[in-house]
Amino acid sequence: MGPAFYIAGAVAILSTLMVITRFNIMHALLYFIVSLLSIAVIFYLYGAPFMAALEVIVYAGAIMVLIIFFVMMLNLGPQTAGDEARWLTPRIWIGPSILCLVLLAELVYLILQPAGTAGDVITVDPKAVGMSLFGPYILAVELAGMLLMAGIVGAYHLGRQKKKIVHRFLERTSDV
Amino acid sequence: MQWIYLIPALPFLGALLLVLTSRRISKRGVALIGCGSVGLAALVTIIAGLQFMQEGSTGYTQHLWDWVSIGTFRIGMDLRLDALSLAFTFVITFVGFLIHVYSTGYMTDDPDFARFFACMNLFVGAMLLLVLGDNLLLLYFGWEGVGLCSYLLIGFWYKDPANGAAARKAFIVTRVGDTAMAIALFLLVQHTGSLQLSTILARAQELWSVGDPTVVLIAFLLLGGAVGKSAQLPLQTWLPDAMAGPTPVSALIHAATMVTAGVYLIARTNVLFIISPSAQAAVAIIGAITLLLAGCSAFVQTDIKRVLAYSTISQIGYMFLALGVGAWSAAIFHFITHAFFKALLFLGAGAVIVALHHEQDMFKMGGLRKSLPGVFIIFLVGSASLAALPFVTSGFYSKDQIVWLAGAAVGGSAFYSLAAILGAFITAAYTARMVFLVFFGHEKTYVHHPPGPVMMVPLYILAVLSTLAGFVELPHTLGHLTLLSDFLSPVLPAVVTDHGSVALEWGMQGLTVALCAFAIWLAWRLLAAPFPAGLKEVLKNGWGFDDAYNVLFVRPFVQLAKINRKDIVDKLYTGLAMITQRFHRMMSATQSGILRWYVMGIVMGAVIILSVIIWRQYAGHVDIKMIQR
Amino acid sequence: MNTTMEGLVLAGILFTLGLISMLIRRNIIFMLVSVEIMLNAAGLAFIVAAARWGQPEGQVMFMFILAMAAAEVSVGLALILQIYHQLKTLDSDEASKMRG
Repeated sequence: MGPAFYIAGAVAILSTLMVITRFNIMHALLYFIVSLLSIAVIFYLYGAPFMAALEVIVYAGAIMVLIIFFVMMLNLGPQTAGDEARWLTPRIWIGPSILCLVLLAELVYLILQPAGTAGDVITVDPKAVGMSLFGPYILAVELAGMLLMAGIVGAYHLGRQKKKIVHRFLERTSDV
Repeated sequence: MQWIYLIPALPFLGALLLVLTSRRISKRGVALIGCGSVGLAALVTIIAGLQFMQEGSTGYTQHLWDWVSIGTFRIGMDLRLDALSLAFTFVITFVGFLIHVYSTGYMTDDPDFARFFACMNLFVGAMLLLVLGDNLLLLYFGWEGVGLCSYLLIGFWYKDPANGAAARKAFIVTRVGDTAMAIALFLLVQHTGSLQLSTILARAQELWSVGDPTVVLIAFLLLGGAVGKSAQLPLQTWLPDAMAGPTPVSALIHAATMVTAGVYLIARTNVLFIISPSAQAAVAIIGAITLLLAGCSAFVQTDIKRVLAYSTISQIGYMFLALGVGAWSAAIFHFITHAFFKALLFLGAGAVIVALHHEQDMFKMGGLRKSLPGVFIIFLVGSASLAALPFVTSGFYSKDQIVWLAGAAVGGSAFYSLAAILGAFITAAYTARMVFLVFFGHEKTYVHHPPGPVMMVPLYILAVLSTLAGFVELPHTLGHLTLLSDFLSPVLPAVVTDHGSVALEWGMQGLTVALCAFAIWLAWRLLAAPFPAGLKEVLKNGWGFDDAYNVLFVRPFVQLAKINRKDIVDKLYTGLAMITQRFHRMMSATQSGILRWYVMGIVMGAVIILSVIIWRQYAGHVDIKMIQR
Repeated sequence: MNTTMEGLVLAGILFTLGLISMLIRRNIIFMLVSVEIMLNAAGLAFIVAAARWGQPEGQVMFMFILAMAAAEVSVGLALILQIYHQLKTLDSDEASKMRG
């Protein structure tokens, strides 16, 4: 792997670090978009250009924008960031961090086992992905469609807000 | 004949009606249902009996439905009417009817009038099922049914704890015998493959030779059941306490019918006893000893009902003695006469008790001869029968037959006849003492309300019966009439006498009569005489059997129960439950509801799994390449 | 250290960072974002594996992860909205009424 990978990887790690250390949620989300974009580059390097495009369009473009709009909709003030700063004391983060680093060390140890043939990157073209998606994995595609459907219905149902109507005698809730 | 299913069905129907409608119908209605059902059953019995005798058949079986049917093992809901069950059915329905009528007067002020009659009807139904059942399971069903009713009726006035205790005692003590009987039934099924009486009796003779250990064991176990139900030694202790129930109950259940179920059982299974001579001898010995012990106890009682209770035990002892020496029909004869005169005595005693406002102590009675002349006469008739006054009473004929056969029959011996004669002497003595104490001397308690006609009419009928019933069977010396034993001969083998002569019989009758007369004179003389206090106490408490059982069984058992109060065996299971519960609490503490802790758990799990993999690889168990490929 | 290893190590680092964020944050939106980080890291691992073997399955899996993430985010945001309306806070520790 060339320097492109290392640069992109470093950007990804750094921006992710920024994500997890920001107190302001907006900043964190923007850093996360940077991280996603760098990961898209890595996808490209690993011979998956279509996935890189999807990562940019769907993840960075759609999902993150959804979250950003959502946060804007909640209209959180500086108090939230203050809460975060208050909550995120070393006492809180040091223990879990060490535990996770142990996990990481183990993972890396296992990954770095001598693994025989050191294969080069083999590009898988989008056509093969499409053939396989609508061939053997057609049922899974159907299921994913259903999952998205359930996501839409669930989001609609859960997101509905009830407005309390205060009446002289009756008290009831109704849809906005 | 096809109506015989009505005989037990009617009282059951009456009981059901009374239970369902108990508080909604008037006392008159309750009395009508209660007496009517038993009366109709008696009527059906008489019709069926007449038809039975007219046809001269030996037995009629009615199959109602299949009760139990497992493979080849079948038990039908079969009723069987033959000479023996007819005799019992007649006594149960007829005496039962009279006692029911009497009860409408006796219990008239009781708030639980309907419950009383429901239980009484249920009892009559169960008792009829007991004697009419064609197989031993049906018999056992009725057997337990009457036990249940006995329990319910002894504890009828349940608000007094003593009555409840008496009821429990009766139930538990009889249960000892019932268990033995149940084992006998199991053994019979195992060996003969059936509970059908006719099959068992037929198979028994081909299966076992005389004295075979199996059949002796079965006979002894059956005897155990009979001993429990009939209050014979050593399970006699419950009957005196059973007098806690209302007097008509004592008359019906604890004198006339239920307590003689043991006699019925032994007579029914006579073949088994004939081929196991040692068991039959045991029957006779138990009878002989019981009749003496109970008679002595009866002599010192102060409670009039307890006198009659001990007397009942003693008289059933006579029946057992007769069964034991092979005088089957003599036992049944004594059962019939005893049912009449003992019911009469109990009901008479009940009339006295009601008249004296529930006073049962004989020493507080006295002089009732003048204030209650009707009761005096019928009580005298009953007492005469019990004491076996010669020639005019039924008790004389039935007891005389037993006294004679106790010595003269094949299984008889001098010891038995001695016991029987001595028993007759004691019987006469305590009967005379009772009559003298209650009806003679000077009046001690004022008569509140003399019994009305509802109570007196059944007494008169019973008085007539307890006189006339004796004339169906007369001894060799006095006309030699054998109507009853001829009637019973298809079911019960005739008694075989091996020694003795008419002259000897005359002699024994003379001796008995003389002893009776002497006993009555002695009772009159000793009425006021002091009795050795220590001996009196022992006798009064029924020879200390209760105390002995308390020390031997009850107290150790209670102690054991106390030790085991917290269920030692259960400790294992409660401990298991406690450990589970503790673990559950520990686990539920992890359900903090804080999301991050749950994630922490997952992370820890992942760390542990990876650590295990690395450690195993380090130890050389797993080649990581295998995982990676 | 070949290409596959490098990619996997990167995925592992990103995943761990997401995990740390998940563990130390109380703000429920941050927790959702942490989940996204971890999903992404898993997706990266799939892509690397696809490149290692030259098989399309890895990429197929990534697409499923993508679809799942989309559905998860929509439902998750709706839930957060409800929690925010009910509890007037985004503190996940407040939503601990279901403790055992």
